[in-house]
Amino acid sequence: MTTPTVALYIVAFALLIYGLMGLTGPRTAVRGNLIAAVGMGVAVLAALIVPGVGNWALIVLGVALGTAIGVPAAQRVKMTAMPQMVALFNGVGGGAVALIAWVEFNSTAAFSGEPTYVMVASLFGAIVGSVSFWGSLVAFGKLQGLIPGRPISLGNSQQLLNALVVLAALACAVAIGLGNDSELLIIGTLVFAAAVGLLVVLPIGGADMPVVISLLNALTGLSAAAAGLALSNTAMIVAGMIVGASGSILTNLMAKAMNRSIPAIVAGGFGGGGAAAGREIGERTVRETSAADAAVQMAYANQVIVVPGYGMAVAQAQHAVRDMAKLLEEKGVGVKYAIHPVAGRMPGHMNVLLAEADVPYEQLKEMDEINGEFARTDLALVIGANDVTNPAARTDSSSPIHGMPILNVDQSKSVIVLKRSMNPGFAGIENELYYSPGTAMLFGDAKSSVESVIEELKVL
Amino acid sequence: MLLANLAILVLAGFVGFAVISKVPNTLHTPLMSGTNAIHGIVLLGGILVLGLSHDLTPFDKLLLVVAIAFGTINVVGGFLVTDRMLGMFKGKQPARAGTRGDQEQGDEQR
Repeated sequence: MTTPTVALYIVAFALLIYGLMGLTGPRTAVRGNLIAAVGMGVAVLAALIVPGVGNWALIVLGVALGTAIGVPAAQRVKMTAMPQMVALFNGVGGGAVALIAWVEFNSTAAFSGEPTYVMVASLFGAIVGSVSFWGSLVAFGKLQGLIPGRPISLGNSQQLLNALVVLAALACAVAIGLGNDSELLIIGTLVFAAAVGLLVVLPIGGADMPVVISLLNALTGLSAAAAGLALSNTAMIVAGMIVGASGSILTNLMAKAMNRSIPAIVAGGFGGGGAAAGREIGERTVRETSAADAAVQMAYANQVIVVPGYGMAVAQAQHAVRDMAKLLEEKGVGVKYAIHPVAGRMPGHMNVLLAEADVPYEQLKEMDEINGEFARTDLALVIGANDVTNPAARTDSSSPIHGMPILNVDQSKSVIVLKRSMNPGFAGIENELYYSPGTAMLFGDAKSSVESVIEELKVL
Repeated sequence: MLLANLAILVLAGFVGFAVISKVPNTLHTPLMSGTNAIHGIVLLGGILVLGLSHDLTPFDKLLLVVAIAFGTINVVGGFLVTDRMLGMFKGKQPARAGTRGDQEQGDEQR
């Protein structure tokens, strides 16, 4: 590497890290993102001025293609579709690492004459990048509704199959390491790693998606760092590793918020092992309410706590919810929002949606902050949230979500649940809350339900 | 070379931990999509391998062009969506923080 390139890399690191620091506070975040983007631009420039760089036409072609696809996608995506977009952008990063490793294999005749660490790092990048690419595609498909969000698994043979496929990918990589130079081996490594990505993410239910997305993010970061080691490119090492570390922290936070270990999530879908059937619910009735009754109940409550979940995102009900809250506030009813850390399909998903709808920041309460308040609240309004309100997490030790911290919705004096139907959530677990005497169900699409409540509130 | 790079790797890991440790839940999504954009740095790998290797087959070149396109999608798309998301948080800052917030913003500009 030449001096100008190194100097520019150093500038790029400073900008990337300073930008990331900005992303940790709401006031500095926009500027932080911009600074990080400038840092990335500097890094690309530094690579382009490396002496001897040729094939300009192809480089420009690649960048132009990427820009032509990436920019419109990023500009058009709806806020509610953000999780799948993030998953997709993450996946292509992993895919790029895998492809680069493939070319490295080809252009060095199976790493002959290269130091061992170059080979190890390249093969690591190939495997992890491929896992991340295909895993992210599955996550995208699930979130976009292209494949069913419920866990798709083979039951007990799943873990055996996963282990075999991992071993197959490793075996191909080891064979390359032992000096075999058949191109079939690198293709085998990539294909088996792809199968790992598919097999691991397919059985994971939609409710576990926040963990999966942050895990895949961390993996892509690590694979980028590995590719940086193989190419001896410090910019890739630094940036990749920072993402690897931060993604790991987020993954850990998400897993903690669900009281589930990361290995348990990766090893099998929610409720694997039939634990969901542990308790017979039997025929029980739920109390149904109307928009008019719900409006009356809200208007005369001391305080309404809104508990949003994925259902609000799907119905794009955030603006209607904000309008409803405004009407209630005009009537002197306090409104707060209880945000579970894993509500939705992405860390912080609900915060983004409610921010889009201009909900005041101070009304958004984190779980620990609001949980004590439910007991003092007349009405909790659950909008498309399910597992994060299920009291079975506290009371039923046979429940697959037992021990997961939940919002204490059941402690409020009454509860209204907006829900499309009685179908259990992605986790496939019955929610005791719906059968409790204090709970009334308002069936229908969250957005139209809230809109009819608004109409009723207006005439009160 | 390897040792120096490994040292950089380890230090960068600690920087990542240190920077990200105290992020409010509210910003988890923008943070994730921001870091997501940053690992698009693999774009550099594609550019350098394509630019500096002389004996690439057409197939290798094709793979690298796809890799560069992927990396670019990752970078450009990642930063753009993050900016869009953050714009929503920014929009209501004055209303939220009132005069105090305005003052703080003024302080920063100085």
